[in-house]
Amino acid sequence: MFEPSLNLYLVVSAILFSIGMIGVLTRKNAIILFMCVEMMLNAVNLSLVAFSSYMGHSTGQMMVFFVMCVAAAEAVVGLAMLIAIFRNQQNVDLTKINLFKW
Amino acid sequence: MLSTFLFWFLSVIAIAAAIGTITARNPVFSALSLVLNFFALAGLYLTLQAEFIAVIQVIVYAGAIMVLFLFVIMLLNLGSDSKDAIASKLQMGLAIIAGGGFVLMMTRIFMIQLEPNKKQSVLMNGKVEKIGEWLLKDYVFPFEIISVILLASLVGAILIAKKYKAH
Repeated sequence: MFEPSLNLYLVVSAILFSIGMIGVLTRKNAIILFMCVEMMLNAVNLSLVAFSSYMGHSTGQMMVFFVMCVAAAEAVVGLAMLIAIFRNQQNVDLTKINLFKW
Repeated sequence: MLSTFLFWFLSVIAIAAAIGTITARNPVFSALSLVLNFFALAGLYLTLQAEFIAVIQVIVYAGAIMVLFLFVIMLLNLGSDSKDAIASKLQMGLAIIAGGGFVLMMTRIFMIQLEPNKKQSVLMNGKVEKIGEWLLKDYVFPFEIISVILLASLVGAILIAKKYKAH
C-alpha cells in the first residue's frame, strides 16, 4: 500500500483507456461501442483532473468540463444515428452495416 | 491513509466495472456497469479535490448520458448478442495485445519521477466559485462555442432521428 502519486492516477487512467480500446476493437454492437468511447473519454478526463490537482492549477478541470460537453453532444448525435440505422436495418450489428464497404 | 485506501478501492471498482462493460453480453448490463464505472471515477475526482467535476460527472454522465443510452437500448429492444456477433479469437487476441502493449508502454513512461509529487493544496482550486469565475472570464469564448455545439447537436439529433414520410 503506497501513497497514491500522480503516476498511479495516470496508470489507472491508461488501464481504463486501454480497456475501452479493447472494447471498441472487439465488440460489434454499435451501442456498446459508443459506451466504450465514452469510457475512453472518461479515462482522459481522469488524467487531466489528476494533472490539474497535482500542479495546483484549474486549467485541467476547465478542459474536463468542455470535454464532457462535447461528449454529451457526441452521444446524442450518435444515438440518433443508431435509431435511424435501426429503422432501416432492424439491427445495430456493425458487421451487417456495410453499405459503404466494398 | 484514508485517501490511499479510497484510491485503491475506487480504482479497483472502476477497472472491474470497465471490464464488466466490455464483457457483458446484454447491453443493459453493459450500460449499468458503465454507470458504476462513472460513479467510481466521480469518487476518484473527489480524492483529487475536484468537487465540481465529481458532481458534474454524476449528474451529466451517470445521470443524463447513461439514461439516454438505456432509453435507446430499451427502445430498440436489443437482446443479448448472438454467438456470431462475438469477435473471433484472433481479433480478441490482437485487441488484448494492443491494449496490454498500450498499458505497458504508458506504465513505463509514467515510471519517471514527475516533478510535483504532492497534491497541491492551493486554496479554492477546483471550487465551484473559482470554476464559475474562470468560465465567465478567461474561458468565456469556449463557453459560448460549447453552447453553439450543443444547440447544433440538438438540432442535428432531431433531424437525423426524425421519421421522413415517403414521397
